[in-house]
Amino acid sequence: MSAPIKETAAVPAVRPVAKTRPGPGERKGEGVVLNVFSHGFLALWALLIVLPLLWLVLSSFKTDAQIGGSAFGWPQHWSLDVFSRAWSKGIGDYFLNTVIVLVFSVPLTMLLGSMAAYVLARYPFWGNRFLYYFFVAGAMFPVFLALVPLFFMVKRLDMLNTFQGLILVYIAYSMPFTVFFMHAFFRTLPTAVFEAAILDGASHTRTFFQVMLPMAKPGLISVGIFNTLGQWNQFILPTVLMQPQSGDDPERYVLTQGLIQLQQQMGYASDLPVLFAGVTIAMIPMLVVYLSFQRQVQAGLTSATLK
Amino acid sequence: MRKGQYRFVAGFLFVPVALYLIFVIWPYIQTFGYSLTDWKGQSQTFKFVGLDNYRALFHDDVFLKAIWHNIQFLVFIPVVTILLGLFFAFMVNAGGRSRAGGVSGVAGSKFYKIVYFFPQVLSLAIVAVLFNAVYRSDGGGMLNGLLIKLGLVDAENPVEWLNEPGFVRWALILVVVWHGVGFYLVLFSAAMQSIPRDIYEAALIDGASRTQSFFRITLPLLWDAVQTAWVYLGIVAMDMFVLVASMTQNMGAYGGGPDHASDVMSTVMMRNFLYFGKSGYACAMGVVMLLLTLVLSVVTLRATRRDRIEF
Repeated sequence: MSAPIKETAAVPAVRPVAKTRPGPGERKGEGVVLNVFSHGFLALWALLIVLPLLWLVLSSFKTDAQIGGSAFGWPQHWSLDVFSRAWSKGIGDYFLNTVIVLVFSVPLTMLLGSMAAYVLARYPFWGNRFLYYFFVAGAMFPVFLALVPLFFMVKRLDMLNTFQGLILVYIAYSMPFTVFFMHAFFRTLPTAVFEAAILDGASHTRTFFQVMLPMAKPGLISVGIFNTLGQWNQFILPTVLMQPQSGDDPERYVLTQGLIQLQQQMGYASDLPVLFAGVTIAMIPMLVVYLSFQRQVQAGLTSATLK
Repeated sequence: MRKGQYRFVAGFLFVPVALYLIFVIWPYIQTFGYSLTDWKGQSQTFKFVGLDNYRALFHDDVFLKAIWHNIQFLVFIPVVTILLGLFFAFMVNAGGRSRAGGVSGVAGSKFYKIVYFFPQVLSLAIVAVLFNAVYRSDGGGMLNGLLIKLGLVDAENPVEWLNEPGFVRWALILVVVWHGVGFYLVLFSAAMQSIPRDIYEAALIDGASRTQSFFRITLPLLWDAVQTAWVYLGIVAMDMFVLVASMTQNMGAYGGGPDHASDVMSTVMMRNFLYFGKSGYACAMGVVMLLLTLVLSVVTLRATRRDRIEF
């Protein structure tokens, strides 16, 4: 989709959320009704977000029969046993697989994306504009357009159901946004520092790694969060690329895929508590990361769209 | 530019461009070619069949139904999400008691932003499992359980939210809205905070009510953000794969039930590709999805175009 890209391209991307305190003065009356009303609605929606999540966590302590019986029963035994069962029923493996993939894919995405963005942002050369649009254009097309040939491309490279295959594909599909965002960021960095480094005899490579990249840290954090969440939550690419290819090819599901798989198995096995415990386990790291980096996460995910 | 510089530029670009070319651009291009063949995917032999796949598409009732469902999602998901997002953003930023001359956020606005945004960081797979439990078709489901407690639904005869053709798409829309509102709340409220406060204060002095200041000041100045949100939600509505594939009855594979009532283009395409093995046909669907996406973005940009207000 070209719209958000075009609009944001011309302007530096990250903008801190402005904080304004109301000025002095007094005005009363109007607003009391509205105040109650707005608080009521806001609180109601907050409950709609929190209650289902808490209910699901609570359900993992129940028995399967209890879950099927009534929605509002209270668990009889508070045993953490179900969590270790969920972990050994696959969640542990799925978790580990996802971590293995992201440990490589996110840093490599950031490195390669910044390298391309940096060169495109600061070095005039023939074909520069073309290459930039070539990268950014990828964001316009739905991933479904590429799925079929992508599958056979990865198959030909003998990388179906391998971590390296998924890592490379994740990197490639994260390029458009990363290049677009970091390009805008590198453009805003002062030229003087760059020139000083070159005058001091630093090579271009060294200037990039030791001067420019550290200066781009705020941008790197935003895009890094965006890419981490995007790749952690990715579903369609692993669904297509990470299926066991033969009988003795082990399952290498990532977390999202694994949860859906577990949902099917536990539905048949009538062991929903394990599924809910699995979801709880999968939610905890997101909750921790989100609460500790709350502002950066919100800024990282929305900054792409702010002008 | 000196020679060393060229080498540096080329060195930095080589790997990113190569990866991007191999895994993104080339498959995109290949799709167009394969969509003109009867390729089954398993064998390496296939025939050129011209536009046969496209002709077949327009007689494929399931795919046509799926397009129609995508269009319904395209209308309802953005409208509901944006309205709620704007409403909540306004409440959070300007709904508070105006204790100090201007407009101010409600108490606890920071808390609301944190809570509302949280679903956005969860994967849709988690959200799907959660809502499968909420929508359970017996008293154990949160929604049915609640309605039974309130006496609105007969305990013997609970609502099959995901198995009724009339309900299933609404049930899915609700999930998308639940997942997305927080993002748009944060997006809109960041845009609202960049609106200079003096404008509101001037309006207040002129005697504008809160509703008036919303429609006359906030909304026009937020228009860019609304437009962006519309395009983003349009992309969500065109996709829908995760939720449909993991929440609805399987029509062979990848959900879509009951009786294709929740099928969307992405699930039909994936089913044709991986379950029926019709690769060429699936490619043609991918091309149609692209065309509709392009039409959508042009229409959205045209329909929502306003003069840009500088402030």
